Amino acid sequence: MTEPRETDQDFELKLLLTAVEEKYGYEFGSYARASLMRRVRRHMQMSGVEHISDLIPLFLHDESAFAAFVKDMSVVVTEMFRNPDFFKSLRENIVPILKTYPFIKVWHAGCASGQEAYSMAILLDEEGLLDRCQIYATDFNDQALRHAKTGIYPEEDMALYEENYRQAGGTKELSKYCHRGYDSVKFNGRLAEHITFANHNLVTDGVFGEMNLILCRNVLIYFNQDLQNRVLQLLFDSLCSRGILCIGKRENIQFSSIGDQLEVADRNQKIYRKKI
Amino acid sequence: MARSLVVIGASAGGLSALESLLNELGKNFSLPIVVTKHLASGDEEGLHKVLSKTSPMEVSIACDKQPMERNHVYLAPGGYHLQIEDKDTLSLSVDEQVCHSRPSVDVLFQSAADVFGKKLLGVVLTGANRDGAEGIKAIKQAGGVTVVQNPETSEVPIMPKSAISTGCVDYILDLNDIAICLKDLEFKLEK
Repeated sequence: MTEPRETDQDFELKLLLTAVEEKYGYEFGSYARASLMRRVRRHMQMSGVEHISDLIPLFLHDESAFAAFVKDMSVVVTEMFRNPDFFKSLRENIVPILKTYPFIKVWHAGCASGQEAYSMAILLDEEGLLDRCQIYATDFNDQALRHAKTGIYPEEDMALYEENYRQAGGTKELSKYCHRGYDSVKFNGRLAEHITFANHNLVTDGVFGEMNLILCRNVLIYFNQDLQNRVLQLLFDSLCSRGILCIGKRENIQFSSIGDQLEVADRNQKIYRKKI
Repeated sequence: MARSLVVIGASAGGLSALESLLNELGKNFSLPIVVTKHLASGDEEGLHKVLSKTSPMEVSIACDKQPMERNHVYLAPGGYHLQIEDKDTLSLSVDEQVCHSRPSVDVLFQSAADVFGKKLLGVVLTGANRDGAEGIKAIKQAGGVTVVQNPETSEVPIMPKSAISTGCVDYILDLNDIAICLKDLEFKLEK
C-alpha cells in the first residue's frame, strides 16, 4: 500500500456525504474540507453525537435536521457595502466602463440575504445607471433568498452600513434609500425592481445569461480546488466580451485554467476583465 | 511538503511578541509557520510590512488554497478565518466570528489538529481574549504539542491564562525559551 490509510474521520465523512448525495442530491464532496468539517462538527455537538457517522441516520430520517445542515452550508455573513474599498473601486474604475453599455446585466452569485445586491443597485442609481440595469442575485439557499426579496434588515445594523456606504464613496445618506419601522429598515421598492432574486446552485446549475459584470466574492473559498476551477469556468463563460469578474480580496484565479484569459482591472481588489 | 507544522495565536501585544519570536527562530527554522493574530480587516498589510522587515523567514499574507512552503510564515488576513485545508494547503472562510474575532485562533488550531494530528506544534502568545483555549484542547486531544507564553511575562496575560486553564498545555515558557523549545521539537517532529 503506497497511500497512507485514510483516518476514521476521512472515512466517516465520505460515508456521510455519499448518504446525503444519494438521498437529497446535494454534492458537498467537493466543498473545502476545513470549512465542511467545522459545520459537521457543529452539527455533531448540536445533536449530541460522538461520531461523524452518527449523523447518517439523523440526516436520512429527519429532514428538518438535514435542512438545518443545508442552511448552515450556505454562508450568510454579509453586509451593505461589505469591504467598502471594493465598492469604491467599482465606482471609480468599473462604472466608467459600464457607462459605455446601452444595457447592463449584473450577476451577483452567492447573494445570501441580499445586502450587497441592494448596495449595487444604490451605487448604480447614484451613477445614473440603474434604469438601464438588471441585477440577477442568486443563491442556493431558499430561506436566504426569501429574506433578500423582502429587503428588510435590522435597524441596529444601519450604523455599520452607513459607515461602509460613506467609506465606499457614497454621496448621500444610506437612510435616504430605506424607511424605518418596528426596529427594521426596508429598502425602497424602486431598487428591488431592478433586482431578480433566484435560486441557482453554482455546483450543479449552468450558465443562464451573458453578463457585463459578475460578483462572486468569498464564495469560492468554500470549494476545493477542482470545484473552484469548474465554477470559475462557469463564471467566465457567463461573461460577455470584455466582461468584468470580481472575486474576494484573498481569493485567487492563479491556480485556475481561466487565469490567463483575464486581465487585471484592480489587482488589490481582485477585479478582472475578460481579455479580447 | 513538510510533515509537521507550527501554528501560532496572538492578540493584544502580539506584534512585538511575534517580531521577537520569529527573529529568535532565525532563517534556518524549516517548518512552515501559520499565524493568526487578531486584527481588523485591512490591518494585515501593516502587520505584514513590519514582520517582513524583521523576520529572517519570508512572510506572506495567506490567500485561499495557497500552498505552504518551508521557511515561510503565513499571516491570517483580517475579516477571514485562516484554516489548514490539507498537509500542503491553506484555506480561508468568512464564517461567523469566534470569540468576537475573525480571524480566530481556535478555528486555525482546530483545523490544524484535524490535518496534522501529533505532528503539530501549537503556540499561544499574549492577548486579552480567551480565543485559542479551545484550539489548544483540540491540538492536545489530537496528540500534538502545546506551548503557551508565560502569563507573568506576557504583555497581556488573559489569552495565555485561558489556554493554561484547559489543563492541556505541555510547556509554559518565556518568549525566548519558546524559540529554543520550537527548534528542539522541530527535529523530533520531522523524524
